[in-house]
Amino acid sequence: MRSARWFQVALFMAAAVAVELAAVYAGKAFLLTQLTMSAYYTLVVIGLSLLMGYAGQISIGHAGFFAIGGYAAAALTTWDLSGRRGGWLVSALGAAGALVSRPDLYGGTVLVVRPWVAFGVAVLLALVIAFAVGIPVLRLKGHYLAMATLGIGTIVYSIALGTGALGAADGISGVPPFPLLGGLQVGGAASIRVANYYIAFGLLALGMLLLLNLVNSRVGRALRAIHGAEEAASAMGVDTARFKLQTFVLSAVLAAVAGVFLTHFNGGVGPSEASIMKSVKYVAIVAVGGMGSLWGTLTTSLVLNFLSLRGYFGTFDDAVFGLILIAVMLFAPSGILALSFRRSLEPVLGRLRTAPKPATREGEAGDPDSMPYRLEEKPSEDGR
Amino acid sequence: MLGELLLQYLVAGLTYGTIYAVVGMGFNIIYNATGIINFAQGEFVMLGGMTAVSLHQVLPLPLAILGAVAVTMAIGALIEMAFIRWLAAPSVLRMIIITIGVSIVVREAALLVWGQQVRALPYFTGNEVTSISMGGARVSPQVLWAVGTTALMVALVTAFFRWASWGRQMRACASNRVAASLCGLPTRNLVTLAFVLSAGMGALAGCVVSPITYTQYGIGTGLAIKGFTVAILGGLGNSLASVAAGLVFGILESFSVSVLPTAYKDVVTIAVLLAILFVRPSGLFGAREASRP
Repeated sequence: MRSARWFQVALFMAAAVAVELAAVYAGKAFLLTQLTMSAYYTLVVIGLSLLMGYAGQISIGHAGFFAIGGYAAAALTTWDLSGRRGGWLVSALGAAGALVSRPDLYGGTVLVVRPWVAFGVAVLLALVIAFAVGIPVLRLKGHYLAMATLGIGTIVYSIALGTGALGAADGISGVPPFPLLGGLQVGGAASIRVANYYIAFGLLALGMLLLLNLVNSRVGRALRAIHGAEEAASAMGVDTARFKLQTFVLSAVLAAVAGVFLTHFNGGVGPSEASIMKSVKYVAIVAVGGMGSLWGTLTTSLVLNFLSLRGYFGTFDDAVFGLILIAVMLFAPSGILALSFRRSLEPVLGRLRTAPKPATREGEAGDPDSMPYRLEEKPSEDGR
Repeated sequence: MLGELLLQYLVAGLTYGTIYAVVGMGFNIIYNATGIINFAQGEFVMLGGMTAVSLHQVLPLPLAILGAVAVTMAIGALIEMAFIRWLAAPSVLRMIIITIGVSIVVREAALLVWGQQVRALPYFTGNEVTSISMGGARVSPQVLWAVGTTALMVALVTAFFRWASWGRQMRACASNRVAASLCGLPTRNLVTLAFVLSAGMGALAGCVVSPITYTQYGIGTGLAIKGFTVAILGGLGNSLASVAAGLVFGILESFSVSVLPTAYKDVVTIAVLLAILFVRPSGLFGAREASRP
């Protein structure tokens, strides 16, 4: 089955290559920019899909983790440390080779942290925050969990918006490109547009491979058990708290990685990346793609994000996502791909697809107290 | 001098506290009837304020407010009938996502209708600079309007739940839906009534504080988070405790501004929410979530 997963990812990359060739051939290479951005947002979304669809935990604060990554990378690679050359921290960083001098926009030179180091710090920061926040938060259920994660997202947003050192409402701009191996760099210049497209889709494919392997492992089975019935899973000896926490941290780290890359690609980051609406969009996309269907989520995310970034929804962008959320949750709570269209393709898909079946049972685990609506089944109308 | 300053903060806190109290109570009414947390709760406050401002262009103030409350109640009923009524036993996750979607759509519709402009109703008595001296602090009469109206509203709603037939039916429905429906109560209509009631309360509160706090299309989300904080603080399901919690919370928030930059005001209040959730999710006033009135 492992080879089938590789095959799926290879197929996905082949599709990505085809799209790239088609765009360039059609003389619309500029579309690759939005596709690249869309791929980074999709990295956030598939992480969230793991959390929501497999572990059954909602997070309305993932834009916060994206912003933590983006802001950490942007701040570290733009704050000029040359004024503090004498300080012990700057000296130590310099001695360790963590700093780099580069010319700034105005012809002077600035001393900043190397992008690789900033990347590491950003991911570490997201990891630590996700751990610290996740331990208490994931004990909560249902509404409490939703509100708590919403609250965390709002805190990140307020801090980004209210802190002068982070550029307040303007955010941080002038973020340098991020040199990867072999002369490749993550940046927004038109000359490296195609390379960046492949960097983004390569990263997305890696993330996807990681998640596919994860959900088909012991961890994935444990997560599905938690989603199905948390008490039962716990009674069977699954350490539910640990698995939920690990999933939360993993999805937060994926969001932060996406944040770092997209910030270098865009050359900046702003507080809107941390806004609640962004978090809600991610949730909306997971809902549309089908909770528990990683490929479904990936596809819908690439399409919806691309359309949104190209401005197809105009000023109705937020409203469109709101309507999508309502419509999907009302009529197809397990995702649009789970509608009859999917069932008709089942014989074909069944052979290709090795990803586990999406949870057919809608809903989430929870204790009876936190979900009275669920337990008090539809009252019988006969009694009237 | 210091005493007067403290009093001034106290009054400001009370003003905001009344909105939080009303939003918190609105959460509770819907939660009791359905077990749903309505994430679109703050939108009712916004709709009330905005509609009243628009109606006031052609109607006298009292009629404009009455009209705004009626319109918001109708919207509350519509939301319930369109999105919630016909779902059979939806999961909590699904309801959360639907009500979030509703709040976004309402907000975007408001943006379309009213634009981004910040609006406010005129002061009910006097104007911006009218003030009454109370123990050394200068208090705008509007604060008295806000506190008085809210107190009256809370009293009326409490009386409604205690003595009115519909109110008692709603309590029966809250304590056991199946049993209530077996006794012949129209549980579905009672849920609609809960939405109508909670929309009307939010709208009225949105009107009376509008001259002081102003109204804009996007104020709903912040109010929802704070109203939820208050509802949790008082213990989910306990309406009167959430009113007390709302006032305490408003005052806390008002004093936090004297210590920390205003930009971090939300950070402080949300940190309080998280702390409560982590330490004592059943609320400070000790009401257990399971023991809903």
